[in-house]
Amino acid sequence: MTLAATAGLLAAGPNARAAAETHGFLSPTGVEIAFLLVGLVTFGAAIVTVTTRQLVHAALWLVVALGGLAVEYLLLTAEFIAWVQVLIYVGSVVVLLLFGLMLTRAPIGRSPDADSGNRWAALTVAVAAAAALVWVVVDAFRTTWIDLDGPAAGSTEATGASLFQNWVLPFEALSVLLLAALVGAIVLSRKAKAEAATAADSTPATRSRTDRSETDRSEKEGTR
Amino acid sequence: MHLAYPAVLSALLFCTGLYGVLARRNAILVLMSVELMLNAVNLNLVAFDVWLSKTAEETLHSGQALTLFTIAIAAAEIGIGLAIVLAVHRNRGTSDIDRLRDTAERHDTDGPDHDAVTAGETEKAEATA
Amino acid sequence: MTTTTLAVLVPLLPFLAAAAGLLLGRTAPGFVRPLAVLPTLTSLVLAVLVAVRQGGDQAVNSATELTPTGSVPIELALHIDGFAALVAVLVGLVASCVQIYSTGYLRDDPRYPSYAALVSLFTSAMFLVVYSGDLIVLLVGWEVMGICSYFLVGHYWETPEARAASLKAFLVTKLGDVPFLIGLFALATDAGSFRITKVLGTVVSGGLDHPTLIALLLLAGVAGKSAQFPLHTWLPDAMAGPTPVSALIHAATMVAAGVYFIARLLPVFEASQAAMAVLAVMAAVTMIGSGLAALAQDDIKRVLAYSTIGQLGYMTGALAVGDRGAAVFHLLSHGAFKALLFLAAGAVIHAAGTNSLAAMSRMRNLRHRVPDAFWTMTVALLALAAIPPFSGFFSKEAVLGASEHVVDGHTEHAPATAGWIVLVAGLVTALLTAAYATRLWLLAFRGRGAEAPDHGRQPLTMTVVLWVLAIPSLAFGGFAFRLLPDWFDGRDLGPTLTTSVLGTGVALAGGIVTYGAWRHTTALAARVPLGAVAAHPEGDAARVEAEAIATHKPAYGDIAHAQDPADPGRLLLGPLHRHAAAGFHLDAVYRVLLVRPVQAGARLVRFLDREVVETYVRGAGVLPRWLGAAVRRAQTGNVQTYVSALLAGTVVLAVAAVLVATGA
Repeated sequence: MTLAATAGLLAAGPNARAAAETHGFLSPTGVEIAFLLVGLVTFGAAIVTVTTRQLVHAALWLVVALGGLAVEYLLLTAEFIAWVQVLIYVGSVVVLLLFGLMLTRAPIGRSPDADSGNRWAALTVAVAAAAALVWVVVDAFRTTWIDLDGPAAGSTEATGASLFQNWVLPFEALSVLLLAALVGAIVLSRKAKAEAATAADSTPATRSRTDRSETDRSEKEGTR
Repeated sequence: MHLAYPAVLSALLFCTGLYGVLARRNAILVLMSVELMLNAVNLNLVAFDVWLSKTAEETLHSGQALTLFTIAIAAAEIGIGLAIVLAVHRNRGTSDIDRLRDTAERHDTDGPDHDAVTAGETEKAEATA
Repeated sequence: MTTTTLAVLVPLLPFLAAAAGLLLGRTAPGFVRPLAVLPTLTSLVLAVLVAVRQGGDQAVNSATELTPTGSVPIELALHIDGFAALVAVLVGLVASCVQIYSTGYLRDDPRYPSYAALVSLFTSAMFLVVYSGDLIVLLVGWEVMGICSYFLVGHYWETPEARAASLKAFLVTKLGDVPFLIGLFALATDAGSFRITKVLGTVVSGGLDHPTLIALLLLAGVAGKSAQFPLHTWLPDAMAGPTPVSALIHAATMVAAGVYFIARLLPVFEASQAAMAVLAVMAAVTMIGSGLAALAQDDIKRVLAYSTIGQLGYMTGALAVGDRGAAVFHLLSHGAFKALLFLAAGAVIHAAGTNSLAAMSRMRNLRHRVPDAFWTMTVALLALAAIPPFSGFFSKEAVLGASEHVVDGHTEHAPATAGWIVLVAGLVTALLTAAYATRLWLLAFRGRGAEAPDHGRQPLTMTVVLWVLAIPSLAFGGFAFRLLPDWFDGRDLGPTLTTSVLGTGVALAGGIVTYGAWRHTTALAARVPLGAVAAHPEGDAARVEAEAIATHKPAYGDIAHAQDPADPGRLLLGPLHRHAAAGFHLDAVYRVLLVRPVQAGARLVRFLDREVVETYVRGAGVLPRWLGAAVRRAQTGNVQTYVSALLAGTVVLAVAAVLVATGA
């Protein structure tokens, strides 16, 4: 198994290997049990998210899945990431998605056509991909051990130091990217508004009024 | 903790998101599934970062930095994506992906000769336009 | 100017006239007539000059090689001996007469410019054949004449008869031309040169390896061109062309080209006794068969066509007994009186409004309508029947005398059997010739019944030409038989007593018997009304003729004969009449032997192409179509389907890569 061999080389050091040998795969520690349980919840929430027929529920289950992931980050001692996850994903992205659902007049309640006719092909592809990935990953990393003792690897201090010492240039570039995305979202919405205005000339006034309110909302979202 | 736990979880989450992307009809649900896939990648990044920083005494924390970037980019992506979906919804009155079939062959022209003729016509139209 | 320059100009002038006529015909119609007549007349003058300068002395030879052409060189060569000089004069005379006659005959024809240009081109090609000293250059003229004949026979292409006749003329002569070409190559390979002088030199020194094969191959081409049995069937049908074309091409010149060719290369044929025997049999069959067929024809021009075939048979007969002087003598006199006969027949057809002898025999006073044609035609028919003072008598006597010479065993060139065959056939044909000439004259000019329609006077151009041609028909023979031996091989061409008495006797007998038969049958003519005359009194002669040809079949049931009990030929031939009218069913034989197999083969090829080859082609198209349809099925426009397929492929590739990497 060359993959396992390369992974072993990556493990770099007899200590780690010895540690891995001391920790049996079927004798989990407390952290591992917690990780497993939260992972099961996360995975279940993700499954429900992609299968439920109620669109708003899907967004809410997505909150559960993303929150579960935040807990996993905490368990992996990456606390800063965990809080960022909660703030950005649970706090804003899901809210944005909910707004989007409402603005596209997504039906409340069960919608029987939430999945396309492509479902079985999609399932086949997904299961095959999952089987291949899990097989490879387990095969490669089943003996690799993460030592979670000692100072937290992802504390705010450590992350901040790394980010502003080594990653400051990409960080600034990212801020430009965010600005561009913000401008882009506004431009897309405004263009739609202009088109809606021209369309409103020939359509009833009620329609144009709803369009305008929608555009206002989307502009607010853009500014977030 | 065994590295296999977060790795397997991340693989499973990724494939769940994959299924969602392929199977969901509503464009916003597809965006949600994309978020799931991105998060699966994030989990992988964090797990390997923690492992490397402990095992190889690596202080660059590239995994966590990339996770932060990914989160930021995901936020930007969701904003742009939603704006596009809204624009499409406004123009077409729908956000169902299977109804956006402009790239498909039209059904009124089902012969190769017809295709050639229409291609010629469109070319002519372009030339005159 | 030297004789050579003059001789080069002779074929060149009509050729330039033809090119100019074809180019300017539409834009400058005023130039067409001078452009047609003047170069031909100039060529005639030049040909006479060349003949005078040559004077029957040593042959003029001149050659230039334009460019090296492989192992056997092809040269632009002139070889002008007495034969060439005199035949060229005949060609120039007849061509000039025909061009002048055509200006009146096709007065209102919209296609006159192209017609005149083609006649000029034909004249040029004939001059080339006559003067050429190189066999390949001769072949060029030979084939150009063939294609001109095709176009000119099909001049009235609106009528189906003309279309069929032009195709038939082309195909049948081609049937002979292919062996002819092979024979030329074989001859040149044996002789090492295409030059006629060198070929003849090789023959004299005995260097010819396959004389019989070469002679028979060449004979096939000659039979096609000179309308000898069994390739003569195109000539009667070619009468669907305009009358001047028949006079020029199918009576006086082109059909004589085959005879002239043998006369030039006679030593080659004499090298093979078998070829000479074949030639004699061919001539005999042609003579007698055509004489019988001519007696049964109803179309005046078809009578003359069969007569032409018979007279050409006389020439080949003379060649078969090894006397080319007699052959060319007959060629010259026949060219003059046969051209006259055709041109006069054209005037008669114009006046009568029909080409049917049966219809003419029910017309009173036709001779008073066309007095010029009547008198000149009488002269020409007397010449044709070989009545003593006329030119045909002397030339025919030369042929009969030559064969008698061979019968007596005075020559080593030809076997005595050939002499007997030619002599007997010639005498029988003399009888038949006189018979059909008398029949033609009686039916055309001694008709009884309604007054002939009045079409007004013939154009002057048409009548003057007739008298010009009447002079040689009347007097050429009497002067020529003393002068010609100086120009030719030097052999005596004068009539001998035995053959003269015999020939004139049978000719008179034939004429008298026919007259008696006519007296017997002519009373029937009044009882059987016949004669649908489709005439355009206001139209020009060509239009009348085209109408007459087109209406002959619907009016009389057949293109060759009419159901006329008053026909003396019917009485004379008896049960043979039906077969003779159909040309002894040779066309039917060809139809069974050649046309049907070719058509069946064509149908088979068409079937193979349509059903078999086409199936493969269609199959090659169907498979990609199906593949395309299947691929098109995948173009749903649904992005998710595309991504699914993409990711499925990715997974398969990734798994495969992992399996390969792990060596599993």
